[in-house]
Amino acid sequence: MSPFAAVLRAGLSRGLIELRQSFTNGPDLVSHFLWPGLMVAAMFFLRDLPYAGGGLLLGTLALPGILGMNAATGLIAMSQQLTADREDGTLLRARATPHGMPAYLIGKVISVSGGLLADLVIFLVPAVLIVRGLSAGPDAWPTLAWVLGLGLVATLPLGAVLGSAFSGARGQGVVQLLFLAVIGISGIFYPITALPGWLQWAAQLFPVYWMGLGTRSALLPDAAAAIEIGGSWRHLETAGVLGAWAVLGLLVAPAVLRRMARRESGSAVEARRERALQRVG
Amino acid sequence: MTTGDRVAIDVGGLRMRYGRADVLHDVTFQARHGEVPALLGPNGAGKTTTIEILEGFRARSRGRVQVLGTDPARGDERWRARIGVVLQSWRDHGRWRVRELLAHLGSYYARYSAPGIPRPWDADALIEAVGLAPHAGKKIKTLSGGQRRRLDVAIGLVGRPELLFLDEPTAAFDPQARHEFHDLVLRLVRTGGTTVLLTTHDLAEAEKLADRILVLDGGRVIADGTGAELARRIAGPDEVRWVLGGRRHVEKTEDSTAFARDLFARHGAAVRELEVRRASLEQTYLALVRRAEAATEAPR
Repeated sequence: MSPFAAVLRAGLSRGLIELRQSFTNGPDLVSHFLWPGLMVAAMFFLRDLPYAGGGLLLGTLALPGILGMNAATGLIAMSQQLTADREDGTLLRARATPHGMPAYLIGKVISVSGGLLADLVIFLVPAVLIVRGLSAGPDAWPTLAWVLGLGLVATLPLGAVLGSAFSGARGQGVVQLLFLAVIGISGIFYPITALPGWLQWAAQLFPVYWMGLGTRSALLPDAAAAIEIGGSWRHLETAGVLGAWAVLGLLVAPAVLRRMARRESGSAVEARRERALQRVG
Repeated sequence: MTTGDRVAIDVGGLRMRYGRADVLHDVTFQARHGEVPALLGPNGAGKTTTIEILEGFRARSRGRVQVLGTDPARGDERWRARIGVVLQSWRDHGRWRVRELLAHLGSYYARYSAPGIPRPWDADALIEAVGLAPHAGKKIKTLSGGQRRRLDVAIGLVGRPELLFLDEPTAAFDPQARHEFHDLVLRLVRTGGTTVLLTTHDLAEAEKLADRILVLDGGRVIADGTGAELARRIAGPDEVRWVLGGRRHVEKTEDSTAFARDLFARHGAAVRELEVRRASLEQTYLALVRRAEAATEAPR
């Protein structure tokens, strides 16, 4: 077996084992169902609220956007898991194993994106029963697939970079806060055209808005594009912005991860443990 | 070098500097294949820094380092596969099960089998060897401290390393757990012919596990030899105590055997309560460290 195939296989088996673990223990199962469950509840309360009189319902508008937003939370999951794995020595273990680092990363991408897809289904199935007015024709699924696929490639490496750059609980808190702020301005729950112009510009810099726009384009009737910026689904721009983030992430992540891995050592893990104990004590 | 490829670790003039502080000044030592040297020293002596440089986890400032014939700073994955690492505070993979993790990590070594060294070590056989068979299906985070250390050793050995690093293996152990751990390491190491580099601040541990002791203090190797050699070379004189005619006597002497013979020749059966106290390794070690520290503090 070539080294590449061996690494791929080790990473795959790692990812699947971690994925299985996250669906066979209590606390993880709760988190898998809690967030999608809250979103389904939100759908329930939004389902009959009309939007602006265009004949569309707020719940119908929000459902696809929530799907896109949930996919973008892979960034947070990636970042958090990297920080946790660094703290408990998992990353150092990978470093002490031949080809351990690349296999670790492949495994992480598989387990995070696999868990994410499961969460999307957990949300989508009950949500489509609550919400009316979606237009999921045969062309909806290919669009959904490329938007979510490209969206993951745009956000997961970014999450890995943030996880390596902001280590520790405090750093992760900051990352999550910023992420929530970005979600707030990304037109997920309410159309972005209702926001002031400068906020619209800011939101369009980040992947979350584009992932929401892309999922809306897949699941809403074409007429709904009228309330988007420019009155269009802007597929080309979506692919452009998400593609740019993907390229940036894939260019930066390996260097940042390598640098982080190089600094892992027994005493580094030990020092972090001491700090963590001091925080608790 | 005359010993050629039989040298597993070769360190010469190793220096490590953080900012303006030298942590290692001039560490020089060699270890042959199959040898079990211990780096012994007080906290802050530079043990961990040294071992991390040898493990390839830390870049050095200066000096020559060869581990299994390779500079660790440039060690590739093939080199990595020949080395096992056991650190003091692993808490990783808590959600994995014992057997699952050993089988998984073992799979990384499958490509690196060498003649006479089939890699990896079969997970079940290894679990048996470290005495974790009743716990093979348990989640790792539910293991006790001692069981976790056994697992750490098992992971360090899963690739059948030619060289195993044990960094402070029994820090924070109770005496019973320490005893069991020592037996485990001795059994695994002695049968496999593995080279082991051990760090510890516990002299008794060094004496029990290692066949050679390197005393590290203030970033330098200040002594190198077997326990007996160190005691002989550096230890002060033996102490001889006896009672003669109701009076207690104490004498220091380099050659206690000759002294006692002479004592009996002169006084015969009148010598009572004879005691000979040899300098213990513990005293030797403390004397060494004290001497080294006094030398550092003295104006140069």
